[in-house]
Amino acid sequence: MRWVALKTLRAVLTMWLVVTFVFFVLRLSGDPTYILLPDDIDEATRDFYRRLWGLDQPIFVQYWNYLGALLQGDFGISFRNNQDALQLVWERVPKTALLMGASLVVSLLIGLPLGILAALYRDTWIDRLTMSISVFGFSLPNFFLGILLILIFSLNLRVLPSSGSDTWAHLIMPTLALGTYYAAQFARYTRSSMIDVLSKPYMRTARSKGAGRLRRVNLHALPNAAIPVVTILGFRIGDMLGGAVVIETVFAWPGIGRLLTGAVAARDLAVVQCIMILLALTMVLANMITDLVYGWLDPRVRVGGKAGAR
Amino acid sequence: MTALLDATGLVKTYTAKRAGVFRRAVQFNAVDGVDLHIKRGETLGIVGESGCGKSTLARLLLGLSPMDRGAVTIDGIALPKDDNRAWRALRKRVQLVYQDAAGALDPRMTVQSQVEEPLRIHGLPLVDAQQALAAVALVGALAERYPHELSGGQLQRVVIARALALAPEILVLDEPVSALDVSIQAQIVNLLMDLQRDRGLTYLFVSHDLSVVRHISNRVAVMYLGQIVEEAARNALFERPLHPYTRALMAAVPRPDPAHRRAVTISLGDPPNPANPPKGCRFHPRCALAQERCRREVPMLRDFGGRLAACHFVEAETI
Repeated sequence: MRWVALKTLRAVLTMWLVVTFVFFVLRLSGDPTYILLPDDIDEATRDFYRRLWGLDQPIFVQYWNYLGALLQGDFGISFRNNQDALQLVWERVPKTALLMGASLVVSLLIGLPLGILAALYRDTWIDRLTMSISVFGFSLPNFFLGILLILIFSLNLRVLPSSGSDTWAHLIMPTLALGTYYAAQFARYTRSSMIDVLSKPYMRTARSKGAGRLRRVNLHALPNAAIPVVTILGFRIGDMLGGAVVIETVFAWPGIGRLLTGAVAARDLAVVQCIMILLALTMVLANMITDLVYGWLDPRVRVGGKAGAR
Repeated sequence: MTALLDATGLVKTYTAKRAGVFRRAVQFNAVDGVDLHIKRGETLGIVGESGCGKSTLARLLLGLSPMDRGAVTIDGIALPKDDNRAWRALRKRVQLVYQDAAGALDPRMTVQSQVEEPLRIHGLPLVDAQQALAAVALVGALAERYPHELSGGQLQRVVIARALALAPEILVLDEPVSALDVSIQAQIVNLLMDLQRDRGLTYLFVSHDLSVVRHISNRVAVMYLGQIVEEAARNALFERPLHPYTRALMAAVPRPDPAHRRAVTISLGDPPNPANPPKGCRFHPRCALAQERCRREVPMLRDFGGRLAACHFVEAETI
C-alpha cells in the first residue's frame, strides 16, 4: 500500500534526523575523556583512549562509521563499562515500559470518565469540581508530587517503599505521580471534545429520533469525541517518556530514565545515542499507531477504503 | 374539524449573555405568542427574515427545546414537557428535517445505519429503512457510504429518509433546501411533494425563500420578530398580500423577467433588535404606512374573511 510506504519512509527520515542531530550535538558538547578519565592522567593515555573510541578521527568520518555500524545493528560500546550499549539499554526497557503502561492506564481510567462527566454536567458543581482538580493536577510538577507522596506515604505513614522496583507496592507511587498529571490533561481534553460534540446538530438528530440519553452519549457522542482525544494521546506518549525520566530519578526506579541521566552526566555517548534512538522510535511508532486508530475512528480520514470515495 | 397539529400561545424566551458584570442580562422572546393550526395532509409555509424565530418555532413544535409558555397538541395528545417515554413515543408521529444535512448526520455512521437507528430505538422492523431510502431514491451502494462521501442533495435525501423511516404523520421542514443548489432544490421540493401525495404527510415548511414556499404550501404564515403578522391561503397571500411587511418581502423577490421588474423597490434595512422590539406595531419603524397609532397600539391578528393579518390599516385598504 502506498500509504504504508509513505509512512515508513517518513519514519526512516525522522529517525535519520534524530540520529544525526544527537550524534553531532553530543560530539560538540565536549571531550568525554575529560569526564571519564581522572584529571591527573598524562596526555599519552588520554590519546590512547581517544584512539580506542575513535575520537581522534575527523567528526564526519566518525559519523560515517557510526552510521555504518548502526545499520548493522551495532550501537557501540559503553565507555563506562565496556558493555554493548544496546544490551545495557534493553535490560532497562521492561521497567520503564511497566511504569509508563501503568501510568497511562491510570491516567485514562481517571481522566476519561471525569472529562465525560464534566461535559455532561457542564456548568454544574460536578463540572467545576472536576476542572478545579484537573487544574491542580497539571499545574503540580510531577517530581514535586512524587516527593510529596514519598513524604506522606513513606516517611510519615510508612506504608509504601520510597525507592526501588522489587514489588507491586513499589509501582504505586511512581505510577500515581506520573499518571495524575496526564489524568488531569486527558480530563480537560475529553471535556472540551465532548462539549464540542454534544452541541453538534447530529446530537439533536439523535434526540429527534427518540434516542435516550444513554444511547445518545454512547453511540453518537463518545465515538466522535474520542477522535481528538486519540490524537492528543499519541503526542502525550512521547512526553510521558520525558516525565518518566524525572519520576525514575525521584523514586530510584531502575529504568531507561535513570540510565539516561547517568549516561548524559558521564558523556557515555553510545548509551545516550542508543536511548535517544529508542525514544525517537517510540514516538514514531506511537504516531503511526495513532494514525491507524484515527482512521478506524473517523471514516473521513480512512484511506484506501471503499473505491469512489471523494 | 380539529387540526392535526395545534399550537397556542407559544412563547420562547432566550437570555442573552450579559455584556458586562454590571449590565443586566437581556431577555428576549424569540417566539412571542404564536398560534398555529395545521390540518392533516396540508402544507403550512412559514416565511420571514432570518432571526425572526422560524427555526425556534420549529424546535418548539417538536419539543426539542422547552417552551416557556403555550401548548402544543398533536392529534389531540399534548406534547410532554420533558424528554420522557411519552415524548420519545411522539417522535414516531412528528419528525424534523434540517437545513444543515451534513451536520445533522453522524460522521461516523453509514447512512443506512443512521436511517435504521430510529427503527432500532422504537423496536420496528429494519426493512422500513430500505423502503424509506428507496422512497428518496437512494439505493444500493449509496446506502453503505458515509456522509462525507455524499453530495449535498444526497445528504438531504438521507435526512428525509431518516425522518420518513418512522412513518411519521407530520414533517417539520426547517429550511430544507436553502443550503442546496437551485437545481437540487427543485429536485428535493418535488420529492417532498411526491412523498406528501403518496403518504398523506402533513408539512410545516419553514423557509425564507418565498418562491419555494409558494410552490409547496397550501397556506402561508408570515413571521416578523417572533410573531405571525399575516396568514392566508397560498394564492390569496401571494396575489393580494394585506400586511405591509408581506408586501415588502414580496417586493424583495428578484424577478427574472425584466418586463415585470417592479418600479419601486422598498428598502427594508436591517430588522430591529429582537431584544428591544419597537413599541406598538413591531414593524412600524420600517413601514411605509406607519402613523402615530402604530407607535402606540399593538395591532391584533384579525380575521378578514378566512385570512389573518395584524395591521391597523388593513380595513382602510380595499379588501
